[in-house]
Amino acid sequence: MLPDFRNIGVVLRVLVLVNLLGLATVFVQHSTVAGLDDALLHMAGVLELPLFVSILILYLLQPRLSGLSSRLWRLVLLAIVASVVAAVWALATGGEEGLWRQIAWGLAACGVCMLYLDCRNQRFSPAVTEARLMALTARIRPHFLFNALNGVLGVIRSDPRRAERALEELAELFRALMRDNRNLVPLADEIRLCERYIEVEHLRLGERLQVVWLLDGCPRDALVPPLMLQPLLENAVYHGVESASGPSQVVVRARKRGGEIWLEVENPLGKDDERHHVGNRMAIANIRERLMLFFDLDARLDKDVRDGRYRVTIRLPYRSKQA
Amino acid sequence: MTEAPLRILIVDDEAPARLRLRDLLGDLAASLPTEIIGMASNGVEALRMLDSVDADVVLTDIRMPMMDGVELARHLARLERPPALVFTTAYDEYAVSAFELAAADYLLKPVRAERLADALGRACKRMPTNDRALSVLAPGARQHFSVTERGRILLVPVADVLYLRAEQKYVTAITRAREFLLDESLVQIEHEFPERFVRIHRNCLVSRSAVAGVERDPDEVGDGHWFILVKGVSERLLVSRRQWPVVRQALRL
Repeated sequence: MLPDFRNIGVVLRVLVLVNLLGLATVFVQHSTVAGLDDALLHMAGVLELPLFVSILILYLLQPRLSGLSSRLWRLVLLAIVASVVAAVWALATGGEEGLWRQIAWGLAACGVCMLYLDCRNQRFSPAVTEARLMALTARIRPHFLFNALNGVLGVIRSDPRRAERALEELAELFRALMRDNRNLVPLADEIRLCERYIEVEHLRLGERLQVVWLLDGCPRDALVPPLMLQPLLENAVYHGVESASGPSQVVVRARKRGGEIWLEVENPLGKDDERHHVGNRMAIANIRERLMLFFDLDARLDKDVRDGRYRVTIRLPYRSKQA
Repeated sequence: MTEAPLRILIVDDEAPARLRLRDLLGDLAASLPTEIIGMASNGVEALRMLDSVDADVVLTDIRMPMMDGVELARHLARLERPPALVFTTAYDEYAVSAFELAAADYLLKPVRAERLADALGRACKRMPTNDRALSVLAPGARQHFSVTERGRILLVPVADVLYLRAEQKYVTAITRAREFLLDESLVQIEHEFPERFVRIHRNCLVSRSAVAGVERDPDEVGDGHWFILVKGVSERLLVSRRQWPVVRQALRL
């Protein structure tokens, strides 16, 4: 599988690996300490420019390369590295002496990188990744299910229509939970799911649950991991709303900042209770791991407490179906 | 022989959950006559209701704001003739063994009529639970101390207590407004609220937040006794020599 040269994780790994190879080469050539610093400096001088130029070219060519077969892109990659090394060498020294050695080293480094990324890919192979994603896919807490069913049973005699609606929402929620959740979904779908969830919770919490949706300024076609926002809302309800007797406000905010989508869920800080924090930590760790699997280092999740409110912020690169 | 209907108090923070129990009790009325004396949305409300009416059985949710079901049960356990308790919970938050240890009955939500009938049948025969056993279930420290006065339960918010003093069999809790006699031991309170209270003497715990400062007895020369000054109270509290290093560390002096 072609590595994603527009992913900062891949780029960083390649940079580190090639530099380590450079270091190793210098150490192999020099058995004594004398002159080591000069040799290192020289290696850096020869190494860094072709490396950065190659990565830049790969970054630009990424969309084109992704259409090629596995054998072809490997050849193209090697050709690009060889020609970049040759061009930089020609510009810098103009001599033919040592050129072939440079090219050979560049090709070797390129090969090692491909091997390493292949290995990594295998470890995170689609099968393995999918299995992990399946296992990680957020599960609605039993707490929620049983409370919701109890709520429906509670109003079924006095307000059959309300009960009907709640059961419909519940069915939709579970349909979403049971479907194949291994692919990114548009933000709009995730928001609709969250609205359904909140609708069900309204039945039992009534006025105590108040949700403010601030979604303007965020493209709804942005792709996000499925069931990422809903567990955060569930946490917010569990900690911030259920623990207070009066009305509590949960704020859901989505916006676009440059090339990133920022998603935020905020709730009043509940009363301290160790046992419940465990569930919260598990949900957060779960989302973090799924973000890692989908976006590598390009996405992050932060949580903070400010002015008595607990807030989780997720940043991920903006991608849409069209792109 | 016709028996008087069972008097029942329903406690749950969610309205539909209360309605559900009420409906079920209505369904069971033919075989098991009951009278609902009230519906409360948390422990504090429940105790207030019990001031004016007695209940035979309290059906209470566990997780509630203000005062949860377990704390409610602990306060009720102090009554001379406590009502029987049945917890209702949506999910096995506690191991069944915990309930058995506390000799408390529980129902899983959604509650079913026959289970409810069984539980009510058992509740009347069950021995009342005691506070010690219930503390096994308690997820944390209580929010209130409780005092029974003329058969009523008086709640004293733990946050209002400035200091506690042991006198013979009783412990006195001193708040800004008045003093309360608690039927508990200082050791027990010290264990339950290690964050809140500091022991300054064999017979005294003081709330960290109530400490205004310390002073040394000016009359004595050399190693005089230290005293704690408490906010809003004129009395100074003696710190024992043994506790002084601990107190100094706890109050970061």
